[in-house]
Amino acid sequence: MKQLLRSILITLPLAAGLAAVATLPARALVEIDVNKGVVEPLPIAITDFLAGDGIGAEISSIVAADLQRSGLFAPIDKSAFIEKVSNPDAAPRFEDWKVINAQALVTGRVSQEADGRLRAEFRLWDTFAGQQLIGEQFFSSKANMRRVAHIIADAIYERLTGEKGYFDTRVVFIDESGSKNARKKRLAIMDQDGANVRYLSDGRAIAMTPRFSPTRQEITYMSYESGQPRVYLLQIETGQRELVGNFPGMTFAPRFSPDGQKVIMSLLRDDGNSNIYAMDLRSRATTRLTNSNAIDTSPSYSPDGTKIVFTSDRGGQPQIYVMNADGSGQSRVSFGGGSYSTPVWSPRGDLIAFTKQSGGEFQIGVMRTDGSGERILSSGFQQEGPTWAPNGRYLMYFKEGAGSGGPRLYSIDLTGRNEQQIPTANFGSDPAWSPLLE
Amino acid sequence: MGRIAKLTTNPVVIALVAGLAVAGCANKKTPNSAADLGLGAGAATPGSAQDFTVNVGDRIFFDTDSSSIRADAQSTLSRQAQWLNKYRQYAIVVEGHADERGTREYNLALGARRAAATRDYLISQGVAANRLKTISYGKERPVAVCDDISCWSQNRRAVTTLGGAAGS
Repeated sequence: MKQLLRSILITLPLAAGLAAVATLPARALVEIDVNKGVVEPLPIAITDFLAGDGIGAEISSIVAADLQRSGLFAPIDKSAFIEKVSNPDAAPRFEDWKVINAQALVTGRVSQEADGRLRAEFRLWDTFAGQQLIGEQFFSSKANMRRVAHIIADAIYERLTGEKGYFDTRVVFIDESGSKNARKKRLAIMDQDGANVRYLSDGRAIAMTPRFSPTRQEITYMSYESGQPRVYLLQIETGQRELVGNFPGMTFAPRFSPDGQKVIMSLLRDDGNSNIYAMDLRSRATTRLTNSNAIDTSPSYSPDGTKIVFTSDRGGQPQIYVMNADGSGQSRVSFGGGSYSTPVWSPRGDLIAFTKQSGGEFQIGVMRTDGSGERILSSGFQQEGPTWAPNGRYLMYFKEGAGSGGPRLYSIDLTGRNEQQIPTANFGSDPAWSPLLE
Repeated sequence: MGRIAKLTTNPVVIALVAGLAVAGCANKKTPNSAADLGLGAGAATPGSAQDFTVNVGDRIFFDTDSSSIRADAQSTLSRQAQWLNKYRQYAIVVEGHADERGTREYNLALGARRAAATRDYLISQGVAANRLKTISYGKERPVAVCDDISCWSQNRRAVTTLGGAAGS
């Protein structure tokens, strides 16, 4: 977003002793090894940012909630804090933080600029090494302060885990209301933490399976608005919509290519089977990629664009197949007991997330791209449709218990721990995670 | 009896009844009963959408994950075809549906395959192909909403619906 200015805080005059420490080779730095099997959450103290009003506490609570939900951080209860930080430009009293076992400390300030914008500054401290790890400041309107908080949380996550964050992202999903046999399904978008919900369709026609463009503020989805179910593109900011292609029958299961230039989807054939096509959004050239007498659907590109994973029931029941991006070399990769569908290639390229049906249950799982190393992360009465956080460490999906009346959105990390419901006003389904915002 | 006899011999009333039936079909609604149309209790008007739904049967059911036309469904579709071949003024939309025990996109495709199988069976029984369209609702429009097999088996269905005038 253009209206958000970000800059590194110059190392402000800090305590003399601290400046000396900062010149020492880094050692005993706090960090989280995210590749260990079980990660003990890192105790972190997040102080209320100094501000004239409640916005300082609001920012720190958004940062704390983001970090806590990741499962990698354990924000310390503020009532345990000893030092009351009154000058965020000065080094904190590290002893006061070490004694409550805060291995990292976040301090900050929000102030008003002459032009009306807000300035938000924060510093991340390593209390045991006694040094500042990050200092940054942001200039933005008050309306953008939630985003600034997510960006700060990403910076902390990135510095302490060594991998990209995912908090400054949005999720497009289907808001579901009304009775199950006449359910209203509206396209909606929200921040990844459930805040700032905005509706993108009025609910008169069923909408489903929205997916983000990896490169633009654009989504592709399927809707019944013209009567026949068809795939559309929607510009999120302008609301401009267009039909993808002009095919006689149903088009469905759309997804963008990694460069954002193509939409890959299923087309219904007249004989009732469905095949996979890719359409170039500039030239409108359409390429048929599968030609089986079966259902081929739910295609998803590998992040390098060279391969496509999809669902097919050509072998009798839905299973996962991989092919080259030109349709050659189609081969089955799922061989566990049960049926498999909704495969989605990880943004890191190493894993495929899927929905599995086995023993009367639905499961969310991941496997390597050759089908080996299957791991089930979550099982239950009904759950499906995983989507990857842009850093490839978390999945979101929708889940419904028997008798619960409708689905809700959940996230889980790759270890299968830390399953969390995303708060939404109504029932929710078909989540799709955005890339990190620009 | 005298009143009914009098009504049905009145050409104005007969025209009105026919008009009502056609309007009802266009709205995908059926008259509540023959009595509503002043015909007295009893059978639906022959050739009306209600006649089709009640006396012929507008839907067939499928086995799990299957789009094969079962034996019981074949007899329903044969009756449908006979009726549709008699009342040729109707265009037909076959809706394909799936139960909730599958994922959304696959079930859309499965509903489409069921609708196509149903359409093809009707064509094989002499219904003109240009009167028939199909649409899939996947698992989005269940008729039965409990969380067990008693509902799922009702939701795996194809419904033959009478649309507007044939060829439209």
